[in-house]
Amino acid sequence: MVSRSTWIARSPMPGRGVAAGITLSMLSAVVLLPIGALIWQGVQFGPLGIWDVINRDRVWAALWLSFRLAFLAAGFNLVFGTLLAWVLVRYRFAGRRLVDAAIDLPFALPTAVAGIALTTLYAPNGFLGGLASQIGWKIAYTQWGIFLALVFVGLPFVTRTVQPVVEEIDTEVEEASATLGASRLYTMRHVILPMLTPAALTGFALSMARAVGEYGSVIFIAGNIPLKTEIAPLLIVIQLEEYNYNAAGAIGLAMLGISFVMLLAINLVQIWSRRKIGHV
Amino acid sequence: MSDISHPTRFRRASDDSPVARLILIGIALGGLGLLVAMPLLVVLSQALAEGWGAALTSLASHDARSAIRLTLLITAIAVPLNAVFGIAAAWFITKFDFRGKAFLITLIDLPFSISPVVAGLCIVLLFGANSTLGGLLVAGGYPVVFAVPGIILATVFVTFPFVARELIPVMVEQGRAEEEAALTLGASGWRVFTTVTLPNIRWALLYGTLLCTARAMGEFGAVAVVSGKIRGQTATMPITIEMLYNEYLSVAAFSMAGLLTCLALITLTLKTGLELRHADALAATRRH
Repeated sequence: MVSRSTWIARSPMPGRGVAAGITLSMLSAVVLLPIGALIWQGVQFGPLGIWDVINRDRVWAALWLSFRLAFLAAGFNLVFGTLLAWVLVRYRFAGRRLVDAAIDLPFALPTAVAGIALTTLYAPNGFLGGLASQIGWKIAYTQWGIFLALVFVGLPFVTRTVQPVVEEIDTEVEEASATLGASRLYTMRHVILPMLTPAALTGFALSMARAVGEYGSVIFIAGNIPLKTEIAPLLIVIQLEEYNYNAAGAIGLAMLGISFVMLLAINLVQIWSRRKIGHV
Repeated sequence: MSDISHPTRFRRASDDSPVARLILIGIALGGLGLLVAMPLLVVLSQALAEGWGAALTSLASHDARSAIRLTLLITAIAVPLNAVFGIAAAWFITKFDFRGKAFLITLIDLPFSISPVVAGLCIVLLFGANSTLGGLLVAGGYPVVFAVPGIILATVFVTFPFVARELIPVMVEQGRAEEEAALTLGASGWRVFTTVTLPNIRWALLYGTLLCTARAMGEFGAVAVVSGKIRGQTATMPITIEMLYNEYLSVAAFSMAGLLTCLALITLTLKTGLELRHADALAATRRH
């Protein structure tokens, strides 16, 4: 009892052993052990081996493509998602409730379904793809298609983080700004947007973290041409299909590294915003 | 304007001009139409391109039925495992004080920031036939990778945080006072949980379970890596959609996609209903 109580403070609450046991054993078996296997594979393969795999044009191109398009799609969602949050909270129009619910569709719809639907719609012989191709704009099977799929999967993040902040804005602040002679546009830029920025950036980071590793919705629309439209997760799948476990592991470790950096970024943004506005 | 029965509605300083309002609503609806509404219509129109008969026939085929059964089986195993973990983790984290709590929460959230394909890769490296553990399991007749256990493991991995991260904020807010009172009055630990804690967290638990179910049925990336895509054996519904689509069997692919879309729409409806009726009992409606 004495040695345990230094790690876990004494508590009258029951079920400490059972709760801790289930939590730690499932966490280890399901998450930590598999991730450990990937890291162990990397250790055995060695840094030079990993570097040899990653330092190829095709792998760099795939990693850079995944990262760059995830950034751009999250940037689009940053603007569009903030706009959606504003419209949904401030305006009353027919079907608002329905629109509000529809924003979560990308969370509920399986990615493979989203992938084939977007591809069929935006392919050159599809409805919208056909319209776009008349002005010479190819969407599906180009980087535009990947961008579109990543915008889709990341859509809810920014809106859902910004919405509660818009709800909490006291309209008196805006009225005060107007009384002091500010135009509506000036109030928007200098009073409202600064209040929304921390939440919007959190949503941006979450959206980007999701998009970097996205696979299901992208592979159908991407075209998957090496060096051009081949995303990093697909490269892992290709290596695994060729039973090339070392190469798959090396690319997987690179992606794991990107994930950790993203996780760190999200936490930093949240710490910063907590300091700035008191909550996220 | 002088008619006193129709008082002029003044525009408040916090209102946007009608033109700005119209433009912003237009952009919002237009964008969502192109991104969300039209893909949904495409799924339905492609599934029914050759009529209801063709769509239903393709869903009744042997491979389709086995895919539906497999997805239901995996969901039925993965979701309860997840709920048990979520409750245990939330209890451990909110009812006890210990060092490294923030780190533990980060570890639980980890699967959300890892690519599903990398998650599948990790499982292949741990349990694949060429790993030590996997070799033993295959020799013993219990293959994990390219078999159902691997798919379950991959599904539990990607859905891992859902229930826990929904319960933790709700249980933090409710504190420990009610449970402590029940303990003082002599209730057993299990009785405290079922009669005090569970009624307080039931809506949040249902909400987390709902999100977990939707993801479990639709998971593609992680399952694609570990399943081996054996028709009739390890092909889940999303995997079957991919195989049919790549074989240009559009009606069959979109019929199955339509089925999953219906499930997604039911999930959204239930979720919205929970948010409207039990907003104060959920973490999501306050945090998101």
